[in-house]
Amino acid sequence: MSTELLKLENIYKNFGNVKVLKDVNITINKGEVVALIGDNGAGKSTLIKVITGVHRPNSGKIFFKESEVEIKSVSQSRKMGIEAVYQERALCDQQELYRNIFAGREITNSFGFLKIRQQRKEAERILRDYIGFTSKAITVDSQVMGLSGGEKQGVAFGRSLYFNSDLIVLDEPTMGLSIQETEKVLNFVKGLKNENKSAIFIDHNIIHVYGAADRFIILDRGEVVGEFLKNQISREELVKKMIQLHESGKIKVE
Amino acid sequence: MSSILNSYFVKTHRLEISITIIAIVLFLIYFFGATHVFTRFPIYRAFMQSMPFFGIIAISATFVVTLGEIDLSFPSIVGITSLTFGMLLTSTDGNFFISFALATALGMFAGLVNGLLVTKIGIPSIVATIGTLFFWRGLVNVISQGSGIAIVDEADGTWHHMIFVDKLFGIIPAQFIWFVVLTGLMQWVYRYHKFGNHIHFVGDNKASAQMMGIDVDRVKIIAFVQLGFFSALAGIFTMYEMLYFWPTQGSGLMLTTLAAVFVGGTSVFGGKGTVYGTFIGVLIIGSLESGIVALGLSGFYVQFINGLMITIAVTIYALIQKRKN
Repeated sequence: MSTELLKLENIYKNFGNVKVLKDVNITINKGEVVALIGDNGAGKSTLIKVITGVHRPNSGKIFFKESEVEIKSVSQSRKMGIEAVYQERALCDQQELYRNIFAGREITNSFGFLKIRQQRKEAERILRDYIGFTSKAITVDSQVMGLSGGEKQGVAFGRSLYFNSDLIVLDEPTMGLSIQETEKVLNFVKGLKNENKSAIFIDHNIIHVYGAADRFIILDRGEVVGEFLKNQISREELVKKMIQLHESGKIKVE
Repeated sequence: MSSILNSYFVKTHRLEISITIIAIVLFLIYFFGATHVFTRFPIYRAFMQSMPFFGIIAISATFVVTLGEIDLSFPSIVGITSLTFGMLLTSTDGNFFISFALATALGMFAGLVNGLLVTKIGIPSIVATIGTLFFWRGLVNVISQGSGIAIVDEADGTWHHMIFVDKLFGIIPAQFIWFVVLTGLMQWVYRYHKFGNHIHFVGDNKASAQMMGIDVDRVKIIAFVQLGFFSALAGIFTMYEMLYFWPTQGSGLMLTTLAAVFVGGTSVFGGKGTVYGTFIGVLIIGSLESGIVALGLSGFYVQFINGLMITIAVTIYALIQKRKN
């Protein structure tokens, strides 16, 4: 059995004349947490949007669980087992929690009417078992706008676990969170490995990335310019590499 | 008292409760200010007769407004579909099924055009529907050459005439029953159907909805299409009541209809709204003119008080929203 979960081959993506991704090749193994790092405009967000089906690449191949796939939409990537957790856009503020958890894959009868009772019950289970919400102030009927940033992330994580995704895509999961909440989110990422789930995440903070990831992929202006396993590189060396890249536009790979 | 105010039902239905109280106060004013009119039935029959014509559209428009979009073209969709209905009914010697099917299909097509302009071309809905507002009305004028169509011979006394506008038990206009049934049905879809759920998410935050796998364009297009359908339906109801098509038909509906939606508590920013509120909004806006005249004020007050009502209602909603945040 192969350990490869997701493989991208020669991915190109242009927006008009702007070449955002140039010949990107990456592989993500089962049970592995991979960090995508790089400066603003390096193409990190575009790359994960290709994986989650928001954007379609201009050329290149995508393999998921060893078979070639075309990811045409978000709902398709979700069905395959790829779940995205976006910092700001994970949830809709004015809607109730239970509706947010099931948005886009509602539990309905054959006429398309929602099974509200079942959704609320399942949502309660997610809050309790997966996220560990014990606060009485937050119920499945709460509007999302009352939640803190970490709580919102928790809901998005819980949702991805409930739907049993194989690959969880995290876009800046710790941005704007308090130290305590950041800790929770990072623990969650580490916990994914125990369940043999994979994750790919973007974070500007190398300290967070280093603690949680197994492997680092460095992107620069649309290209993969470096790739390191955690046991190959110390945190200080990684930081040094990034500064070097920033200054010279090149990276030295020994 | 405070426990009632903090109960779950009250907390989640602030908009609905506010609008109901406003309506009750208004009708109490009517009742005590014009007792001789409001203790007798005819005024209510007149309300039940006239309100559904814009009420049906207002219920349907609630979906589009919840999306954070607007449709200004429905008065002209009423015009073009009514014209089509009248022409077909007279030329087929009263074939209801063909006339109804084609008129409502045209309404849905007009809605589809709006939906495609907004989603695929990317024109803001307020601009796109100003265009189609003029376009469809212009087409009505070109085809009708300014003259009306009488459908008395084809419609009066027929079974379809009875279904649409006959008086139940000799007193309750059928269109009002339809209006109430449709309100119930649409409220159900709005709150408990997947489509209604998606309407809320797209109106709340388009980008988030997209990330959650909701087909944003499709939801918007369907919303405009159903508004086209219900505009056609409202036009057909009016035709049966009046037994006549006139080329300006529908053009007076714009402000009353949208006012009913906003007075009803649906947020112009999208993501939140209530079909029940729109229904009450229709009762308020639809009763103002007769109510004001019955109170002994001159007709010149109608617009003034209409404006006052709208401003007070939306101010209350804005304050509720502010407190929440």
